[in-house]
Amino acid sequence: MAKSVTPFVRDAMLPQQSPPLTEKGAIKWLRENLFSGPLNTILTLLAIAALFLLIKGSLPWWLHGVWNAASLGECRSIISESFGETASGACWAVIRERWHQFIFGFYPPEEYWRPVLAFALMFFALAPVLFSESRFGRIALLSSVTVLGIVCLFGVTPAGGALIWVLSAVLLGLMAVAWAAPSKLLILSLLFPALAFWLLWGGTVWGPVVVLLGFAALALVYRVLRTYIGVVMATALGFVTACLWWYFAQGPVSAKLQAIVPFGLQHVDSDRFGGFLLAITIGVTAIVASLPLGILLALGRRSDMFLIKTLSVGFIEFIRGVPLITMLFTASLLLQYFLPPNTNFDLILRVDILVTLFASAYIAEVVRGGLAALPRGQYEAADALGLDYWQAQRLIIMPQALKISIPGIVSSFIGLFKDTTLVSFVGLLDPLKGITTIVRADMAWKGIYWEPYIFVGAIFFVICFSMSRYSMYLERKLKTDHR
Amino acid sequence: MALAADTPKASFRPSMLIYDTRYRAITIQVIVLILFLLGVSWLINNTVVNLAAKDRDFNFSFLWNRAGYDIGQQLIPYTNDSSHFRAAVVGVLNTLLVAALACLFATILGVVVGILRLSKNWLVGRLMTVYVEVFRNVPLLLWIILSYTILSEAMPEPKDFKLTEAMIAEGTAAKAQMWLDNSVALTNRGTNIPSVLLSRPLGGLEIGPLSLNFSFLAIIAVLAGSIWLQRTFKRNATAVQEATGVRPVTWWKSLLVLVVPIVALLVALGVHLEYPVFKGFNFKDGINVAHSFTALLIALVLYSATYIAEIVRSGVLAISRGQSEAAFALGLRPGRTMKLIILPQALRVIIPPLISQFLNITKNTSLGIAVSYLDLRGTLGGITMNQTGRELECMLLMMLIYLIISLIISAVMNVFNNSVKLKER
Repeated sequence: MAKSVTPFVRDAMLPQQSPPLTEKGAIKWLRENLFSGPLNTILTLLAIAALFLLIKGSLPWWLHGVWNAASLGECRSIISESFGETASGACWAVIRERWHQFIFGFYPPEEYWRPVLAFALMFFALAPVLFSESRFGRIALLSSVTVLGIVCLFGVTPAGGALIWVLSAVLLGLMAVAWAAPSKLLILSLLFPALAFWLLWGGTVWGPVVVLLGFAALALVYRVLRTYIGVVMATALGFVTACLWWYFAQGPVSAKLQAIVPFGLQHVDSDRFGGFLLAITIGVTAIVASLPLGILLALGRRSDMFLIKTLSVGFIEFIRGVPLITMLFTASLLLQYFLPPNTNFDLILRVDILVTLFASAYIAEVVRGGLAALPRGQYEAADALGLDYWQAQRLIIMPQALKISIPGIVSSFIGLFKDTTLVSFVGLLDPLKGITTIVRADMAWKGIYWEPYIFVGAIFFVICFSMSRYSMYLERKLKTDHR
Repeated sequence: MALAADTPKASFRPSMLIYDTRYRAITIQVIVLILFLLGVSWLINNTVVNLAAKDRDFNFSFLWNRAGYDIGQQLIPYTNDSSHFRAAVVGVLNTLLVAALACLFATILGVVVGILRLSKNWLVGRLMTVYVEVFRNVPLLLWIILSYTILSEAMPEPKDFKLTEAMIAEGTAAKAQMWLDNSVALTNRGTNIPSVLLSRPLGGLEIGPLSLNFSFLAIIAVLAGSIWLQRTFKRNATAVQEATGVRPVTWWKSLLVLVVPIVALLVALGVHLEYPVFKGFNFKDGINVAHSFTALLIALVLYSATYIAEIVRSGVLAISRGQSEAAFALGLRPGRTMKLIILPQALRVIIPPLISQFLNITKNTSLGIAVSYLDLRGTLGGITMNQTGRELECMLLMMLIYLIISLIISAVMNVFNNSVKLKER
């Protein structure tokens, strides 16, 4: 019998070998990401060289920064004493000395708590809108705002008053409301515009209150009449009522109330506004006001009514065709021709109105893109459900169209906020040109340029960058399709 | 049989103007029209009253008066004896010049940055992301002012370039050096670059306000002829390819026909560069480019390039992978895949936002006000307005000109969009 030959059968697994050196860990990463070919290697080397030169050139400047000095000359002498004759260094002392101008302009120093409080309250007013679903996001944002707000208030409030404790209590109370009953914050959101106006400009409290009563009249008329005469007519009538209220009752009623219960803050003139206070005031107002206006314009542009469409198209194309700077000059030079003789209202308000109109045209185009991207079936489905025009817009069309246009809307907002720097050309003290020019014109700081511009640029960067990140967050949150 | 059509016709009642959707549109439009007309007439009335109160009229005859101010940078001949109108034209040309150059350089930089940001190279990708985010999120005005300040405060004074006999004898160099083989000098007053001169120009002809420069015309004509010839070669090559399936080699013919004639013409005209030379207290000869122009251009390019980079990146990302895979499956080589499959589709996504970016660049040139660049806003909307005090006329005219420029650019965009639009069912 032939001996059976058993073929080789492995009955145990080989031990695992470690991958080759070039296929694991840092070396693999380097090989794949930095040196994957001749072109990539050259690019990497060039980038490293550029980075090296950049750091070599600027690092000593950053490291040698001086925070305590009274003038640029003193800064330079401190740097040359400590680091040698040829050493270069940043002179941050200018920021330390002039930070209040960069932030508040010429706002009276004993009233700094008002803009700070208004700024903190803005987040409370925005929180229900910004983080409508994420409780964690809301609480995280608001608690940091509360803490930072109280710290800042301690920094800017005149010492030894009861004021600081009242303000801290207000912030903490609002924080408690946000924790316990977030929906109640919406009341603050509605009241905030008048409240912020009163905090920033001061004067009697009854002015803003009576203005709010006008809005209440608008809402009341709308509520009562909507079911009888339709949304458009009810809104129009409500608007007329409010205008009549403002035109006839505003002055006398607020004067009466002030006489009965005198309560107010020290009035602050518009020309004392400046720095980031001004930029944020104009930016936030224009952002908030331009969104609804832009949506209306977009709807107008897509309307079937010839006249409405023509007017919307004309307005949008005109605004988009001219630079913002011409609009600002219109605000400062031409409004005196277009308005009745001897009308003279606040420059900040004039600029704000024109910046809002400018931004709304851009928003309108973005929203129109969102509307155009919706499939026709959505409109038809809304019609089939028997919804009227405004119900369909509110319940079906706008939620989807706005979702599509979020990136565009936010980038318009970012552009708008950056464009608030242009108000310096009509004589307002924006942080970039207005205040920096004043600082650089001072004999003590003549010849300084990197430090103020870096400071202002960094704040703009932080604000704009967080806006763009927020839009990404919103896009992710609202993404409901399963692609 | 009673059909729906047989329903009794409702007689018209006034309340239907509000409740009936057929008539409501008309009602609303009529109301809007009335309100609009009322608003416009209110504005016009106010303007008339205000003008009368200031004892002023509304006319544009001031445009033909003597301007009386100098403009540093002029593309057409202009002196301070010229009219305000001519000053405005100089301003428009300056606007267009800086806009065109900024569009060109921003596109080049933006395309490079956009592609580098997509590259697999981690370091380069990150660097480009940092560049894009930093420049996008800071106002353009800051970049304009910062570059102007650096140029005019950190650059050496012209006298630093002075090289005296004593210094030569000692062997020391001047405090500041010119760049690129003594052709470019960057001083705190401006950038001195060489000018292009012709030693054997063809002369010119003056016809009224127009001046014809024959040398310039000759160069244009030769270039146009070369491009036409090159196009013809390509067409022939395509015809041969259609007939035989083999594409003849044309690149050397194209190169020859594009390069040789223009070089020959330039040599015949005796083209040469005139370098700036330091004489006395400042640079003579060459062209002195004002820092307002340079700073505006640099800032516009660096800022707008980030937007263009994002446009390019999204355009390339928008093309699905299947497209290039399909092209490879058809046997196309990478170069032709790019040219025939990827680029035409990516360009359809890229071009519309790119052109509206060009529009933005053109409008942003008005920020030259920050560095006193005499563009349209600086001449017509600046000095002319201040001298004549005619705010209304100057502002309206300026807006109109900007509007026309914008509308032309949008018209170009619409024509392009329609030509590349996907032809759907």
